[in-house]
Order: sequence, then C-alpha cells, then structure tokens
Amino acid sequence: MNNMEASKFEKLRFVGSRPIRHDGLEKVTGQARYGADISFPQMLYGKILRSPYAHARIKSIDFSRALALEGVQAVVTSSDFPKPWLTDETGIDSKLINIKFSSNNVLAGEKVLYKGHAVAGVAASNAYIAEKALDLIDVSYEILPPILDVMQAIKVNAGIIHEGMFPYPESGLIASEFNSSLISNSTLDMSNHHQGDDSKYSNIAGYYIQEIGDIDKGFMDADVVVEREYNTGSVHQGYIEPHSATAIWNRDGKVTIWCSSQGHFGMRDQTAEVVGIPASDIKVIPMEIGGGFGGKTTVYLEPVVAMLSKKTGRPVKITMTRQEVFEGTGPTLGSYMKVKIGATKDGMITAAQALLAYEAGAFPGSPVNMGAQCIFAPYDIPNGKVEGFDILVNKPKVAAYRAPGAPAAAFAGETVIDELSCKLNIDPLLFRLKNSAKEGTRRISGPVFPRIGFLETVEASRIHPHYLSDFGGPNRGRGVAAGFWFNGSGPSSVIVNANADGTVSLIEGSPDIGGTRVAVAMHVAEVLGIPIADVHPSIGDTDSIGFTSMTGGSSVAFKTGWAAYQAAQDLKAQMIERASDIWDVEAGEVNLKDGKFNHSTNQDLQMDFKELAGMLNATGGPIVGRAAINPGGAGAAISVHIVDVEVDPETGKLTILRYTVVQDVGKAIHPDYVEGQMQGGAVQGIGWALNEEYIFDKEGVIKNPTFLDYRMPTSLDLPMIDTHIVEVNNPGHPYGVRGVGEVPIVPPMAAIANAINSAVGIRMNTLPMSPPVLLEALWANNGAGKVYGD
Amino acid sequence: MARVFIPTMLRALADGNAELKIEASNVREAVDLLDVKFPGFKLQILEDGKLRSNIVVAVDGETSRLGLLEKLHTDSEVHFIPAIGGGAQ
Amino acid sequence: MSEKVHIETNINGSQVEFLCEPRQSLLEVLRDVLDMTGTKEGCNDGNCGACTVIVDDRIIDSCLMLAVESQGKKITTIEGVAYTDRLHPLQQAFLENAALQCGICTPGFIVAAKSLLDREPDADEGRIRQWLAGNLCRCTGYDKIVRAVLAAKETMKNE
Repeated sequence: MNNMEASKFEKLRFVGSRPIRHDGLEKVTGQARYGADISFPQMLYGKILRSPYAHARIKSIDFSRALALEGVQAVVTSSDFPKPWLTDETGIDSKLINIKFSSNNVLAGEKVLYKGHAVAGVAASNAYIAEKALDLIDVSYEILPPILDVMQAIKVNAGIIHEGMFPYPESGLIASEFNSSLISNSTLDMSNHHQGDDSKYSNIAGYYIQEIGDIDKGFMDADVVVEREYNTGSVHQGYIEPHSATAIWNRDGKVTIWCSSQGHFGMRDQTAEVVGIPASDIKVIPMEIGGGFGGKTTVYLEPVVAMLSKKTGRPVKITMTRQEVFEGTGPTLGSYMKVKIGATKDGMITAAQALLAYEAGAFPGSPVNMGAQCIFAPYDIPNGKVEGFDILVNKPKVAAYRAPGAPAAAFAGETVIDELSCKLNIDPLLFRLKNSAKEGTRRISGPVFPRIGFLETVEASRIHPHYLSDFGGPNRGRGVAAGFWFNGSGPSSVIVNANADGTVSLIEGSPDIGGTRVAVAMHVAEVLGIPIADVHPSIGDTDSIGFTSMTGGSSVAFKTGWAAYQAAQDLKAQMIERASDIWDVEAGEVNLKDGKFNHSTNQDLQMDFKELAGMLNATGGPIVGRAAINPGGAGAAISVHIVDVEVDPETGKLTILRYTVVQDVGKAIHPDYVEGQMQGGAVQGIGWALNEEYIFDKEGVIKNPTFLDYRMPTSLDLPMIDTHIVEVNNPGHPYGVRGVGEVPIVPPMAAIANAINSAVGIRMNTLPMSPPVLLEALWANNGAGKVYGD
Repeated sequence: MARVFIPTMLRALADGNAELKIEASNVREAVDLLDVKFPGFKLQILEDGKLRSNIVVAVDGETSRLGLLEKLHTDSEVHFIPAIGGGAQ
Repeated sequence: MSEKVHIETNINGSQVEFLCEPRQSLLEVLRDVLDMTGTKEGCNDGNCGACTVIVDDRIIDSCLMLAVESQGKKITTIEGVAYTDRLHPLQQAFLENAALQCGICTPGFIVAAKSLLDREPDADEGRIRQWLAGNLCRCTGYDKIVRAVLAAKETMKNE
C-alpha cells in the first residue's frame, strides 16, 4: 500500500468500522417490504401467458374466451403497446438495455423467440382465475425450427431469428464499411455462412475486435503455445425474490409503479418507452429488492401491469413464479470460446489471442465486448488480438449477471494461463506476477491502466497461509485464478437534511441490495463527525430524489458514496456559514471537527453539531445539503482466488476443501459487507463451476426450471469462505473506494478447473463441471492426464 | 497534439492508420477533423450528432463521462471503444 | 369459486381465525389473507426455504402445507420470533455478523435456525450447515449466516 495514501486514511473515524446496518432490524423481523409485499383494496392479480415454443410465428391471438370468464377484467398483448421504434438513443444508463427490442421482449411481437416468451397478460379478481384465463387464450402458432447454440446459429440455412435484420456480415461498430475478411480470417469458421436466400441476413448481431502489437510475430517469439476451445452453458442469476410489479394508472394519466429493481429510474424510463408515455407521468416507488445480480435491471412486468391497470382502472399486481423467472428473465450467456497464449521459457507472455462467441439470447446485446476487454486485462500483453461475436439464439434474452461477460472469458483465459505455467514449470502465481499489468500498462483495447492493485493482490495471495499450506492427499488438488472487472460509475443524487435533534436524514436513489445504505451513510458520518446511527438513510422514489443510475457495475459505494460525501460537504459548508453568522465571525474561521463547530482562534466559540442543528429554524431556516454527480475514476478491481478440492473418482463429485478470496477493494468502507460480496460472488462462481446450468431439450424447452433441478449451492456444499482484503486506494474516490461486488465471480470457474487438473490431471473445458461430466472425463482420461474434450 | 487511436475496425477507413495526432480542444472537434481527413469517419462514431450508443470514448485511460464534450490536452490519448452491449450499471 | 373453510389456529401466540379456500397454501393465507408478508415466497415448490415457518415444533415450507391443515395447530412465523422488548438472539446475531445482504431469505433462515437451536442448543457448524441446507441464500455464500447461528447459540446458552 502507498504509505502516503495509507496515512491519509488512517485518520478516518468511521470508514472501515463495522456498524449494524440501518435497515437490518426491518429485515430480520419480517417488516421490510419487498416487491410482492404490497397490495391495495380492489387490486387485481395478473398472469402472463408464455410461449410453449422456442421459435414460432404468431398467426393470431384470440382472447375472447378468456375475457368471457367470470372475474377476468382485461387482457393485453403487444398490440396494446405503441409499435417500438428503432432508435439507439434510449437515454438509459445501461447499454445492455435496448428499447427497440425490450418492448418485444416484454410482450412478443410477430414471433415468439424462446420458450417462456411472454405473449399476453391477463388481469382478474384473483390469481386462480387469471391462471385459468390463460388456458382460454387461443394462440395460433406457426412453429419454426429453434436455433439453440452459437455453432447452429452461424450455420447455412439455420434460419434467421430477426428477419430482415443484421445484414451479413454485420458489426456493432460499422455496418457499411465492414471488412468481411476479418471474419473469414478469424478462427470461427463462418466461410459458408448463410448462402442462398437468406444470404443478406444473419444471426450475428455484433462483431468486435481489438488488437495490439503484432500477433503473428508474438507467437513466433513464443517457446510454448497453448490453445484450447471452450463451451459454457446458460446460467441464471438465481435471486431468491421473483420479479413482482404493481401499478395504478390513474384517471389523470399518471402512473405509479411499485417494484423491486436495481434502479427505479431505469424502470421508469424503460416503462415509459415501452408504454409510450412521458417518463414524467410515471412514478416508480422502490420496494426492497431480494437480490438482482444484474437480472433486475430490465423491465419485464412493469409495462404489462401498467397497461392492465389502464384498461381496468384498478391496481394490478403480477408476481412471477419461479418457473417464469427461469424461463422468462435474463440468464447469462452460453458461449463458444477459443484461447491461445504463447510464452517464452522464462515465463514471459509474448502473444495472446481469443475468440469469444457469446449467445445474446433472442435479442442482441450479449456482454461479449466486456468479456473481450476483461479476458487478458490482468496481464501486460505485448501482442494481442481479441474478437467477440454477439450471436442470436432462441433462448431468453441474456441480462447482466455480476461482471457481465467476464466470468466465462476468465474460465478460458485463466485455465490456459495455468496450463502454460504448468508446462513451463513456473508457480502459477509467480507466472502471473511476472506478466502482471500495472499502472501505465497499455491494454489490448488501447487505454493505459491508472493505479491498479494486481501486483499487490498476487503478492498477498502468494504469502497467504492458505497458499503456503499443504493440500496433499490422493485426488486432492489446488487451483488459483485471477479476475478483472472494470467497475462502473454513473449519475447519482443525494440529499442530506440536518434535523433539529442533530441527526441527519439521507435520501439516495440507489436501491440497497447488499448493505449500501449503511456504507453510503458512513460517508456522511465521516464528513460531519456524527455517529453513523445518527445518519438515517432512505431510498427516494423517482419523484423524491434526482436521477440515479442503476445499482450495478459495482458502482454504489463509489458513486453514491461519493455523492453522499459531497452532499455532506455541502451541508457542512452551510452549517459553518450559519455558525459564523451566529458568532458574528468570518466563515473561514469556523471549523467542524469530530462533530463540533469551533473557532480557529477564539476557544470560547464552540458548538456541538446537535446544538447548531437545533438552532437552524430560528436562525435563518433549515439546511439541506445536496450533490448530483457523475464521477469518473471508478478504478478497476482485481481478485485472486485459491481453492483446494478433492475429486471422488467413483462418482465425479467434487468437494471444496478450502477457499480463499484475495481482492483489492481500494478501501473497505464497511469490511463486513465487503467480505460478504467477496464470499457471495465466489459462491455464485462455485455454483456456476460445479452444478448450475440450463438444460434444454432439442426443442429449446428448459427441462429444469426449479430450484430442485437447477442446483444452486447450499450451506452443506461449502466450507467457510476465507477473505483477504487488499487495499490499494483508488485515487479517484475521496476515501479510496473501488467497487467490490462483481469481480469475485470472475475467477472461481477457472480456479476450480485448475484445481481439478492439479488433483486428477484433467483439463476441463466445459461448464458446469458437474459430477456426470467430471466422471465421464475421468473415465475417458483413465488416469492418463489427457485433456477432456480434445 | 492529442493522440487519437483508431479502432481496428475503422482502420481501413483511415488509410490503415492505428494512431493519428490531432490538434483538437475536445473529442467532438477531433471527430470533425478526422472526418475531414477521412470522409465517412464521423458517421461511424456519431449518430444524429451524438456518440453512437454502442461506442464509448476513453480519454487518458478513463471512460469519459462527458463523451464528445470531454476536453483534450496536448498529450491526451483518445480511444473509441466499441460497446455492443454490457455494463451492469 | 370453491367454498371457503373456516379455520382456527394459533399464530405467534394469538388465536387467529380466517376463511380460506381448500386449495390455498398456508403461505398464501399468511401473505394474502392475513397480510403477514414477513414469510417470503421464493419458489412455491418447497425448494428454497424462504417461506419456512414452525408448525407444532416442526419446520415446514409453508408453500407445501394447505392452510386448512393448520386447524388447531400452533404456528410460529418470523413476526413471532422477537421478544416484546428486544430482538431474539438470532436476529441480533444476524445483524452483528452481517449475515444478510438483500434479506429476502433472512426470515426463513432465522425461523429455521431458531427451530434447530430450540431442539439442539449445542449444534455445531456441520449440524447447522446440514439443518439449513433447505434454505437457499444467493447473496452471502452462507459463511456469515453460519457464523451468526454459532454466535447466537452462545448467547442463548447464557440466557
């Protein structure tokens, strides 16, 4: 750690402590209200009719029989929404969300594009009647062959998911000047893509490339080259709270929506676009959110309940079933990937190349560019080339999932790194250290790194007791892997009010998914020198606080923490002004230290924060501090994971014996919740590595849409997850914060795959590495150290 | 003069250049000047006068919050990074 | 519409009467009829434990029990865990150990853990992990939850 930075932050009174979160009591007593916990008199219950087919043309929808059922009040279909217009100017803060397609994802247009695609919404006096009504909606489908993975999507005559769109070859950046030789030169063979009638169009919604140096020369300079192919399947974010939305469309045209989301401003703006009314006519009141992980950044139900309420004049609520969550909301991508890295005998990387073909699902917009920018980011790559393809398939549209795009890419990249270090007989952490990116390293995407903590994180891992311990025993092994994530920022607004009793109420616009209320409040306490418990945070609705971008991109402690810091500084300056008025001195002579106002020379002039707060109304009126910012300098996050495993050769079951997460967090505002992010991210990654997958049949039907068959980790599957916090302060934040939430899901799959190789000598190249897959690999391998899948 | 890095996919349009030195006070001016030199360049970066939604500008290693308005200094580095999707923000 | 049934039961120490349809689960009645929304619905098929309640000293997923079956039973929900003047040691331990992030699974975990510690005051980490395996948490990785239950165990022993 930089000593000057360290001393600067040693003086902090509250930042770095572990207070009880303000919203905790309501959450341990059941009082906290989540998305589905709201109801109104006369409220109607809605249900969604979903497509039984993965790909079909809707010939007609007849809901007259449904409307005739007693208790049914209204039915909506996509024809009730304005025809979505084609525009890129969404004005919405996430680029994963594309309004031109989100309308057709909310309710299908001419075609259904995945099993579970919403077709119609029904409102009835209770949920049973609404469900019964779904059976009475007659939809006539022309069934089309489903396209279910990357390789199928790019084949000749595979069919076109979005007819008349995405001319071949298409790129996300340039359509007209695209040089098609790029694709034919690429390692993904698409030379015979779509000849014949469909030849103008494709299922390739986007193409991305970045290069640095001379890749051919780089590989020529290498003594050892490793090249591997990978396939990963779709997995779901798996939040425990299903989506739920309730709306009232009033007679004056104003709409109020209650829902749990990662950003109520985003829900408002997206709903406005889909429904076709001004955003200012919609107020979204945020409910507590029961997990999101990126999956609650897009609208699914909100436009439907709004329209049903408009048609009925009554409040309407829809809550998804778990099956609907699996089938109708964003999973993350499946992928095909190819990675090739070369290094010299002494362990210096000379060249690195990757091809990432990510499934976007039924609409464009996989996070392949993010994966492409993350895959080699921890390393100083002199010669590099990364290509990304955004591929349409008949699966649910992918939504963001914790470090979108990075985990799959890291599974590929970090296992090749491991294999290289094994071949060169260099300790895998030392290999990473030798090739570490640092401040000033030029990335393959072009920009150079500011201060990052990769060196420090790898060093901390090398001397961690876990890494120094013995893991010996038959079928036991140890793996390590690194992960990179950009971290995000965005617009954020905060208001702080000084209350007469000396407390401060704080209003922010960032939904609190994992303890950010307390972390944001701690910024205010630190600035004002008042107890953390005296700062009362709440989340304002879209009419009560200024625009605030989504809780995502690991951005809240950074951007909203900073906004709170600045709002508190504003409050402080005004209170100093007031104190100076009361004392009849210059404002520049008044200080606020440890919760006390004092005069710089006259020691008789002293006042507690509370004392002054109590005098405000009588001395000129209340004081409100405010900040509305969009800060840059989020500062990248780096994580290294160490895992010990034991493989049961009889069953293929893998047991996690020990797991350690080492991460540069910049500065841990509330270390408990920082550790919680590190542990939670690691465990989601463990689930992705070992068990979680969507199982599709040949028709594209998901065969395991329940928590019984979609197997997420339970308490019994895991040991304690050790954490080691590294603090390389981010110079871009007042207290040195880097986002912490996303990067811990990046390394686990590769770390576990590397541990499997260490244990049984098998290189895995598919996810999940579930017992049947691992067992098959063990049988195929027969103990001979062969690469599974070769 | 600011160093403007040309994305791989636009290099054909920019006579194969990977990097160009441009005298510009902000990103918008740099794009205008590039378009004079390489007609059609602007169309690939802007739409209706605004940065395309699938492109972000990075200036001096940092994704710009101001986009086209971001000021450039004599030694600034400008990167246009394609963003076909993504961002959990 | 099916005919409603009159049910008398005891919830959190109070005699409660309600009318429900025979097809309604206890979870539905708790949430939609009695407005006791502290008990959460995560899956409605008995696989996540968010709706855990205690019925006559056994934990059950309230989505899997019909409300009519609660006739004459004694039910404890999350709303009945705290003491009148303070939190239950488990609730306090969850707060002090940061054992919740989003909090949606928390009521189910606290009710399930209470049932364990009431029966087995000496439960160790392995037993706690086994007992709580029916409750899914997607945020925490369980580490801090297990630590919170271990901490509450010590407090409860000293009470």
